[in-house]
Amino acid sequence: MSNPLTITEKIILAHTDLESCSPGDIVSARVDIALGNDITAPIAIREFDTIGVCDVFDNEKIALVPDHFVPNKDIASAKQAKTLREFAKKYNIKYYFESGEVGIEHALLPEQGIVLPGDLVIGADSHTCTYGALGAFSTGVGSTDLAYAMAFGEAWLKIPYSIKVVFDGKPNKWVSGKDLILFLIGKIGVEGANYMALEFSGTTFKYLTMADRFSISNMAIEAGAKSGIFEPDEITEEYVSKRAKRDYTIYKSDPDAQYLKTLKYDTVKINPQVAFPHLPENSVDVKEASAKNIKIDQSVIGSCTNGRIEDLRIAASILKGKKIAKYTRLIVIPATPEIYLMAEKEGLIDIFMNAGGVVSTPTCGPCLGGYMGILADGEKAISSTNRNFKGRMGDITSEVYLANPAVCAASAITGKISSPDEVA
Amino acid sequence: MLLKGKVFKFADNIDTDAIIPARYLNDSDPENLRKHCMEDADPSFASKVNKGDFIAAGVNFGCGSSREHAPIAIKASGVPLVIAKSFARIFYRNSFNIGLLILEADTDSIDSEDVLEVDTDKGEIKNITKNITVYAKPIPKFMAELVSAGGLMEHARKRVKKEGELKK
Repeated sequence: MSNPLTITEKIILAHTDLESCSPGDIVSARVDIALGNDITAPIAIREFDTIGVCDVFDNEKIALVPDHFVPNKDIASAKQAKTLREFAKKYNIKYYFESGEVGIEHALLPEQGIVLPGDLVIGADSHTCTYGALGAFSTGVGSTDLAYAMAFGEAWLKIPYSIKVVFDGKPNKWVSGKDLILFLIGKIGVEGANYMALEFSGTTFKYLTMADRFSISNMAIEAGAKSGIFEPDEITEEYVSKRAKRDYTIYKSDPDAQYLKTLKYDTVKINPQVAFPHLPENSVDVKEASAKNIKIDQSVIGSCTNGRIEDLRIAASILKGKKIAKYTRLIVIPATPEIYLMAEKEGLIDIFMNAGGVVSTPTCGPCLGGYMGILADGEKAISSTNRNFKGRMGDITSEVYLANPAVCAASAITGKISSPDEVA
Repeated sequence: MLLKGKVFKFADNIDTDAIIPARYLNDSDPENLRKHCMEDADPSFASKVNKGDFIAAGVNFGCGSSREHAPIAIKASGVPLVIAKSFARIFYRNSFNIGLLILEADTDSIDSEDVLEVDTDKGEIKNITKNITVYAKPIPKFMAELVSAGGLMEHARKRVKKEGELKK
């Protein structure tokens, strides 16, 4: 009998030639998908060209998603997108997306069934950890790692220690996956899970959607984690079965698997969270944030964290028939073309525009201060994105407050950080 | 390797947006990245830093984005070594992959302008200015081998050559 393993250890082990593994071991693992975007892939492509291989390891296991600065924001970013396009053409990369097909990578790949449970995924983007929601092991790496993986189909990985995070109980109204992860980061800090795998479980997740799980896994990196994983269940199966075009494997942790520690939280005690500048760990109850009377200039609803249809629906339910505050901007960014079309059909785009907001094509855009909603000096934004570092969305003196889409919608209406209860 | 240089000291949680802001990521040329290195943490860094100077910092250096532009910008600035209490995972990995030396050590006694003499093999960090010596955590064997192989791409090129010869 081999020693009991966590889901993370099982997936990594299954992608090696080894018979056993322990946390701390450094292994070479086969990757199912290697991912890059228009910022990270150009460096990877430059490095790939120096390796001396005549082809990529597998043209059906590489995903190139130009999503950060597209539609091209300027000439320099147009060149970067062109680099991806030419590489994709040259090596006939199956998962390359263009124009009306392209969406934010971490929303697009699960939606299109490209990443599946049991996969091992590396991506030159820190939010690659998002796919943990599917029961896959996925982690962010750099461009050099991507170049190596595109050539050999392998990546070196240190088997991480796991922390088990249990949320039990029915979530309160307006509480979403975003609030649970902001709450957790507030408890353990931005370095609280550095190098480790977070494994989420508990009865709370029966009440929430896949979109909530994606938000949670997505922000595991904001606690420093290597990955944030869920064991697949019927909710995962329902999401995956209609999308998968190849076989996949469901892994579950052994009952006596070893964890560095177990953290348990009572979800009933958690309210929507707002993370104050300039770290995601500065999270407080939305009521506390609202009491501070913080005027906002901009509200952003979108990103790989919260740009899914469920996010747009809840924002629209609050904005319906209302107007955003004068001198306040609302920017809504559906994360993928499929989400955009669904929002259109469901009348959500009408609601956002009638409220005075703008709706952008899918892009990471303002989340990283790229374009499509940059802040001027001294401006404040509430945002459903994932980072509120100094200068993240624009000028170094601007401020970003992180929250769920409902809080962002409510705040756009009042022009200050507000709980959805104040406008609903 | 023996290194001697002057320190630029930074605080805890220096994120990759501070090391190289996203507004400059429409270009990956090391020389262009160098011009904006550390800009949102210290706007004067790029104009003040000299070849051989060190960066020292508190905990969680390099947190946030996976952008390899961050260690590339530091390396292009002529900084051969970053010493911090701890590093965020992806930054740590990227630095080894591209051959930027990083050491984990207690940096409380190190301040800006201090002159350090560092024996990277022993992990010995001598603060000449303050006459204090601190020791870095040993580098894992695999990582040390990666550095001595010349980084991940050099390892990749050797692998292609070796596998090519095996096929012959």
